[in-house]
Amino acid sequence: MALTREQLAQRVAQELEDGFYVNLGIGIPTLVANYVPDSMEVMLQSENGLLGMGPFPTDEEIDADMINAGKQTVTAIEGASIFSSAESFAMIRGGHVDLTVLGAFEVDVSGNIASWMIPGKLIKGMGGAMDLVAGADNIIVTMTHASKHGESKLLASCSLPLTGAACIKKVVTDLAYIEIADGKFWLKERAPGVSVEEIIKLTAGELVVPEHVPEMQF
Amino acid sequence: MAGFNKVVTSYEDAMAGLGDNMTVIAGGFGLCGIPENLIAQIKTMGTKGLTVVSNNCGIDGFGLGILLEDRQIQKMVASYVGENKLFEEQLLSGELEVELTPQGTLAEKMRAGGAGIPAFYTATGFGTPVGDGKEVREFNGRSYIMEESIKGDFAIVKAWKADRYGNLVYRHTAQNFNPLAATAGKITVVEVEEIVEPGELEPSQIHTPGIYVDRVILGSFEKRIEQRTVRTA
Repeated sequence: MALTREQLAQRVAQELEDGFYVNLGIGIPTLVANYVPDSMEVMLQSENGLLGMGPFPTDEEIDADMINAGKQTVTAIEGASIFSSAESFAMIRGGHVDLTVLGAFEVDVSGNIASWMIPGKLIKGMGGAMDLVAGADNIIVTMTHASKHGESKLLASCSLPLTGAACIKKVVTDLAYIEIADGKFWLKERAPGVSVEEIIKLTAGELVVPEHVPEMQF
Repeated sequence: MAGFNKVVTSYEDAMAGLGDNMTVIAGGFGLCGIPENLIAQIKTMGTKGLTVVSNNCGIDGFGLGILLEDRQIQKMVASYVGENKLFEEQLLSGELEVELTPQGTLAEKMRAGGAGIPAFYTATGFGTPVGDGKEVREFNGRSYIMEESIKGDFAIVKAWKADRYGNLVYRHTAQNFNPLAATAGKITVVEVEEIVEPGELEPSQIHTPGIYVDRVILGSFEKRIEQRTVRTA
């Protein structure tokens, strides 16, 4: 069975480490915050200028001056700090954020990522995504393995305009956990009940498959 | 506006001198921390041909979105503009030019503009359409593109508190691009929720020192929320 959005987030959360500063993108990445183990302290960075993002506010706590990068109302945890956009991207560009999780349309065997622009469709903008992928060393891309029409999103070469070049090393899809190195995809884990054959069929770029591919553990 | 009394009492005075074809840098992220009354004053003035530099362009009927209604914006420099229909229409019809700029690069363009730095190198956008036609240089084995800084004829800023010297403090994440915009205007106009007596703001806690600020006006704010998200207590 392909992973649900929640399971995807749960698998990504296994990559968290105690003491990590983490930036979570919009969509599935945001859900990762729900699966931070209680034994761990993790600080969430929101690129509009908040380090130490807390849960959504209650009706009484809601404050128009307190939002996240998705423009949603949020709270700040004790120990949070708030700063300007330049300071925020100094953290990101300077490599101070330990883990970035974001979605994508496509990734390829060279670690290129396309996530912001589909020619012919309305272009809304890249927001902070280009800065995040250029600044972070440790990035996890979350996305479905293939489009609704069954077209692979793991390609030999991205067909869409790039968000960043040669910057992605880890991809968690609804079917597999894959690493990128030496110009190839490396199959590391498969979703419970998903066959290696299915993953091979839906991976367009060169995929290295070891003899034994363990199932993801939850 | 004698000496260090930067307080003005009308929005006409606050935006006096703004003319057609000028560049306006605006603080704010989404609808958070936007100078909503200064924007409304630009609409009232009917100034045309503006280049507006801001992370977003408001929504239909609020924020910078209202300047689209009478086609006052000729060019928009922003990182994300997906929140209004009118923007889409004018972009597709060719009436509006847009220069999409990565958010961190946009912040740094303002910061550098205010700090007298004409350009800088960043890895952001290298190998993407953003890097097309820009100078590339390699430092320590990595490729960077050159980005030029931005200065505005006007900067419009929203802060929480100010004193008559123009010292500013922002509230929560309404800070965002505001301190950067404040440094990058030839004329920087700030609207605030409260004007306090000199000395009330703790000097070491001031976000924007008054040297960057030309005019301060007391406003009242709607503070519209774009995405109201709550948890059940």
